[in-house]
Amino acid sequence: MSKIVAVVAEARGGKVKKPSLEAVSAARELAGKCGGEVVVLVAGAGLDPAKTELARSGAARVVALESPVLASYSGDGYCAVLVEALEPLAPAAVLMPHTAMGKDLMPRISAALGTGLVSDVTALHFDDGRFGATKPVFAGKAYQKSYMERTPFMATLRPNNFEARAGGGGAAVETRAPALTQEMLKAIVADVVSASSGSVPLSEAKVVVAGGRGLKGPEHWHLLEELAQAFGPGVAAVGATRAIVDAGWRPHDEQVGQTGKTVAPTLYIAAGLSGAIQHIAGMRTARYIVAINKDKDAPIFKVADYGIVGDVFEVLPALTAAVKQALA
Amino acid sequence: MDIIACIKRVAATDSKIKIGADGKSIDPAGVEFVLNPYDEYAVEQALRTKEAAGKGSVTVVALGGADVQKELRTCLAMGADKAVLIKDGGVAHDAYSTAEILAAWIKTVPHDLVFCGRQAVDGDNSQTGARLATLLGMSCVTDVEKLALDGNTFTAERAIEGGREVVKGTLPAVLTTDKGLNEPRYPNLKGIMAAKKKPLEELAAAAVAPASKVASLALPPERPPVKMLGEGAAAVGALIAALRNEAKVL
Ligand SMILES: Cc1cc2nc3c(=O)[nH]c(=O)nc-3n(C[C@H](O)[C@H](O)[C@H](O)COP(=O)(O)OP(=O)(O)OC[C@H]3O[C@@H](n4cnc5c(N)ncnc54)[C@H](O)[C@@H]3O)c2cc1C
Ligand SMILES: Nc1ncnc2c1ncn2[C@@H]1O[C@H](COP(=O)(O)O)[C@@H](O)[C@H]1O
Repeated sequence: MSKIVAVVAEARGGKVKKPSLEAVSAARELAGKCGGEVVVLVAGAGLDPAKTELARSGAARVVALESPVLASYSGDGYCAVLVEALEPLAPAAVLMPHTAMGKDLMPRISAALGTGLVSDVTALHFDDGRFGATKPVFAGKAYQKSYMERTPFMATLRPNNFEARAGGGGAAVETRAPALTQEMLKAIVADVVSASSGSVPLSEAKVVVAGGRGLKGPEHWHLLEELAQAFGPGVAAVGATRAIVDAGWRPHDEQVGQTGKTVAPTLYIAAGLSGAIQHIAGMRTARYIVAINKDKDAPIFKVADYGIVGDVFEVLPALTAAVKQALA
Repeated sequence: MDIIACIKRVAATDSKIKIGADGKSIDPAGVEFVLNPYDEYAVEQALRTKEAAGKGSVTVVALGGADVQKELRTCLAMGADKAVLIKDGGVAHDAYSTAEILAAWIKTVPHDLVFCGRQAVDGDNSQTGARLATLLGMSCVTDVEKLALDGNTFTAERAIEGGREVVKGTLPAVLTTDKGLNEPRYPNLKGIMAAKKKPLEELAAAAVAPASKVASLALPPERPPVKMLGEGAAAVGALIAALRNEAKVL
């Protein structure tokens, strides 16, 4: 009996995002352990580029659910068509990245399938015939390992945590047109307002430059933005502490921490922030952490890999210039 | 307008987490427990919605142990009309069983609008609201940062990667609340006094077992010790070298 490990891929604007390719890679590894095969499902409209990309991702099959009604995301619409496609597949496991869409959609699918879901997973397990997962709890202050007792096993995977390995192979692609009408949707996305163009989302950025009260005022935020830009286009995003968000210098979307975003970039540069326990909760799984603070006893140095004791107004411009030069 | 706000008692965000003797849960000794921060927004939004409608009721509900009475009383002091404690009988529920149990109860009471927090900051699941909506066949928007109600319809805004979604739908609905939606009020003395006389009903939870079993809880691996590279701009050269040669990120 071949087990199916299903992946719900996310295609916004017809294109597959990297976290979905990470999920396909993780699914292939899990399928290897449980002796199964990977089936990727994707819902949307105008999915040709997504289908081409997913066919090369190393999956055995790709099922595209295409309808003009699915052109923009809707929780109940996407849930309905995916549940309809998943039920006959009877998958052993269903995976999706823990993105805004994955967070919204997977609990709905899981509830409709009458099973459990482990959110924001950092490791998948298949031991003694049971599927399990490890996930951070208490904002990363502890890790919980659990095994699923209902089927299918479902998990959303933390972006930037599983490697997106090269796929290969040409998967069979099947396109279906689900019978869904606008009237069947209980809630619809009326508008998508995109943030300033060219900026990379915080949770997907390879480099995060974060600032705190040490920056003294919103008018100095450009020091962080210039450092982020120095890493090149699409690489770095700027984050903030809650103190900054509460003061209204920056929007809440940019808050890193237990009650903000959790980020796991390759490099996290913490400038002029103290490293409160709630802030560290959101960034401690970064691969490398650099701290710049004028107080040598600031708690941020306890989690940092590299530390500079100094004034952000002196160190940030120097670092920006040096990064530019290093990458030139 | 009959409104329900779901609340959970959780470890305060500044708690230091220690692993309990069973190796599967936290050691509660020395941990301060509070109303989940995102649920403060849920309760506040429920109260504001009722106030704007000029009529209706706000019921706060929690699945948990007897100690949740404290947080339920806090919500009554904020202005909720009624509290319901669904006693978990000591079972550590996951999002699956939590939502099944809450949904079974919600079906028995009038409900136009259900508010949940974006996530409970203990398990960090972010599941309960969307699960409830599916089980109850209601419309749903998660992580709401802005909300406008107009009769039977709502417009909600939520952040997505690189932008914001504006979602329109009709009641009944489940909405999960994010920071930015409102400024939660503090209970005042009058509210605290009034809360003592408000109803706090206790029920037994429907018999639903969690979908998953916890195998272990562990502290995260320690990070390696920091390398201090010096002071001021003079240390930038050493940082660039370290990022290039050791971390290999440049
Ligand atoms: C329920 C709850 C949830 C919370 N959630 C979050 C969260 O999600 N994220 C979050 O970040 N916080 C959160 N907090 C807040 C957290 O406790 C801290 O208050 C906050 O992180 C502090 O922000 P900060 O580091 O910018 O400011 P501060 O703690 O004031 O630190 C400023 C730092 O800048 C340094 N500095 C000052 N001037 C300079 C200079 N010229 N050059 C270099 N360094 C300088 C100082 O030495 C100091 O270390 C939460 C709090 C609560 C109660
Ligand atoms: N035991 C519970 N009792 C009542 N409401 C809960 C409970 N657990 C979770 N919730 C609600 O669901 C939200 C999201 O929780 P979670 O899905 O666990 O992250 C919380 O903010 C609460 O509003």
